[in-house]
Amino acid sequence: MSPSDEPILTATGLHKTYRASRSLGSRARVSAVDGVDLTLAAGETLGVVGESGCGKSTLARLLVGLERPDRGEVRFAGRGLGRARGAEARALRRRVQMVFQDPLTSLNPRLPVLDLVAEPLDVHRLARGAARRDRVAELLELVGLAPEMMNRYPHEFSGGQRQRIGIARALATEPSVIVCDEPVSALDVSVQAQVVNLLAGLQRELGIALVFIAHDLAVVRHVSHRVAVMYLGRLAEVGDVSTVYDAPAHPYTRALLSAVPIRHPRERDPDREVLGGDPPSPVTPPAGCRFHTRCPLAREVCGAETPVLRELGDGRVAACHFAETALSRA
Amino acid sequence: MSVPDAPVLRVRGLKVTFATPRGPVPAVAGVDLDVAPGEVVTLLGESGSGKSVTARAVMGLLHPNAAVTADELSLAGDDLLGMSPEQLRSRRGRDMTLVFQDALSALNPVLTIGDQIGELFRVHRGLAKRAARAEAVELLRLVGIPAPDRRVTDYPHQFSGGMRQRILIAMAVALGPRLLIADEPTTALDVTVQAQVLRLLDRLRTELGMGVLLITHDLGVAAEIADRIAVMYAGRVVETGSAADVLDAPNHPYTEALLGSVPDAQAAGGELRAIPGTPPNLLALPGGCAFHPRCARATDVCRTDRPGARPFPDARTAACHHAEELRRVAL
Ligand SMILES: Nc1ncnc2c1ncn2[C@@H]1O[C@H](COP(=O)(O)OP(=O)(O)OP(=O)(O)O)[C@@H](O)[C@H]1O
Ligand code: SF4
Ligand code: SF4
Ligand SMILES: [Mg+2]
Repeated sequence: MSPSDEPILTATGLHKTYRASRSLGSRARVSAVDGVDLTLAAGETLGVVGESGCGKSTLARLLVGLERPDRGEVRFAGRGLGRARGAEARALRRRVQMVFQDPLTSLNPRLPVLDLVAEPLDVHRLARGAARRDRVAELLELVGLAPEMMNRYPHEFSGGQRQRIGIARALATEPSVIVCDEPVSALDVSVQAQVVNLLAGLQRELGIALVFIAHDLAVVRHVSHRVAVMYLGRLAEVGDVSTVYDAPAHPYTRALLSAVPIRHPRERDPDREVLGGDPPSPVTPPAGCRFHTRCPLAREVCGAETPVLRELGDGRVAACHFAETALSRA
Repeated sequence: MSVPDAPVLRVRGLKVTFATPRGPVPAVAGVDLDVAPGEVVTLLGESGSGKSVTARAVMGLLHPNAAVTADELSLAGDDLLGMSPEQLRSRRGRDMTLVFQDALSALNPVLTIGDQIGELFRVHRGLAKRAARAEAVELLRLVGIPAPDRRVTDYPHQFSGGMRQRILIAMAVALGPRLLIADEPTTALDVTVQAQVLRLLDRLRTELGMGVLLITHDLGVAAEIADRIAVMYAGRVVETGSAADVLDAPNHPYTEALLGSVPDAQAAGGELRAIPGTPPNLLALPGGCAFHPRCARATDVCRTDRPGARPFPDARTAACHHAEELRRVAL
């Protein structure tokens, strides 16, 4: 199935702050997500990239309703995730599932695979007894595990297999959306590709929409139709992967892509632009454009006025006062 | 006595076996390595392949449950195996140094950066406090810490992750080591900061002429700065060669499979060529070639005979019965 234009998930004006650690004073707050608007079309894969602490995982938890935004709203098929109560809330939650980075810490070590994968079935009262067991067998097969393995415990599995178990669990309720937060970063290089192929295959065959969050830009390009680039809690740029990767319009996207390690020594370039400094603390984010302290194109206006996401005419949006200049340099 | 033109590191037949309740774990099962002055050699491999254990064995920093043997282990011509623990200790931190992935835990949280770097100069060079402080400022400048004369009185937690990694590198190069071992020094860093740190290491090895053994699981890191690459699998080096040769045309099926499984940021979609199966369990290694259950080129001989590392005329080695076939395809 190819992605349709109908958004299945819509995030509008999401804001989320956390209390900072005590050493920074009781009133300090971490601005984790600051005004994020996103849409996810049915059946598409949206990649989300950015550096550590940029708010990717917070965004993931907001999207699946594990956490409530301070402001803004997430809507699934037109219905608000935050407002729903009781049976409707459960029904909505069933349709949006999550896969976590570390399969080991996200699975209860004392439960056999059967119960782990069946847990969502139990919570949503979807199957019991023999039907429950059959459904688990079916799910295990779907993710490439032998159904006989359902009586084993998590520690008996390799990292890649545990991530397959996590994916089987997420699939149990037949969701329309799966949010994957760094699903392959904890895996060995040789196993990453297996899980990436599995997710891409499921997405194609079952028509599930995926949000694929990762810091690895190559993996994201590989699996995604569209990509959203985040910096310090805000979206820098959103567009089709080839549009964004081939000609980035936001100076941060450019810096990120030029920092991706090369594939071969012949591509070494001593003149390659390397972004200086580190991402600033989200406790005291810079005023105006949050990237202005590191941006090679920054001018005075950047420290004063927050650039809003705006259309650049090629189906992409970017939040930069000088996106056209950046683009013309690509 | 040090031999001037000798490789800074020469390892032959290194073996490390851990005694564990579940039986002996052969973490390193015969590793050969050479690092020349000013050269970056990358030890590339997946989790558990024995990279860190190799590094710690060279440094003499292994747990007591480790049995270490080698035909040769020498630093700039000096035999490390025969050294007493005291002799080894005086070499560590001075002639050979180690930089870890986790910079925060490697620094003392209650001492200022200036005191920690200064101590190296006071202890090893007998400098007075003031002179040691001045050296510390110079070092911070060398590794690109802005406003080093001001930052020298700050504590580790006041620096970002990338800065702390620079500080560790500063400490590692402070006394002009012959060999710097960096174990996944950029794995915990963001890509933009990783690029800065790799560039720093590259500059320092040229300026200071030290050999660098860089441990990584990331092909891209090797492509960025390695002169030569040694690929490890299940405790053995399975292939060595210049970075350009190995990444262009691998001579070992494992390297070939690894290259094929990594997606490319410059090109779109399609199925990745995943390596089937799982990384090996050292407690129950397959017979013959340890890679054979996952190898697309395996034949009967692979299941029974373990291939030794064989040298080829182009300064490469490969431990595979069918290396010639890969080499022929590459021509
Ligand atoms: N003290 C120890 N006792 C027992 N086994 C050990 C000990 N230290 C390491 N090992 C084992 O030795 C093997 C090699 O470990 P090593 O740390 O060298 O891997 P690595 O290649 O550095 O992996 P990674 O990429 O995960 O850092 C592993 O199976 C590990 O569990
Ligand atoms: S708005 Fe200014 S500081 Fe921000 S990315 Fe654009 S040019 Fe750089
Ligand atoms: S020896 Fe055989 S199994 Fe091992 S890598 Fe070579 S072809 Fe594959
Ligand atoms: Mg290691």
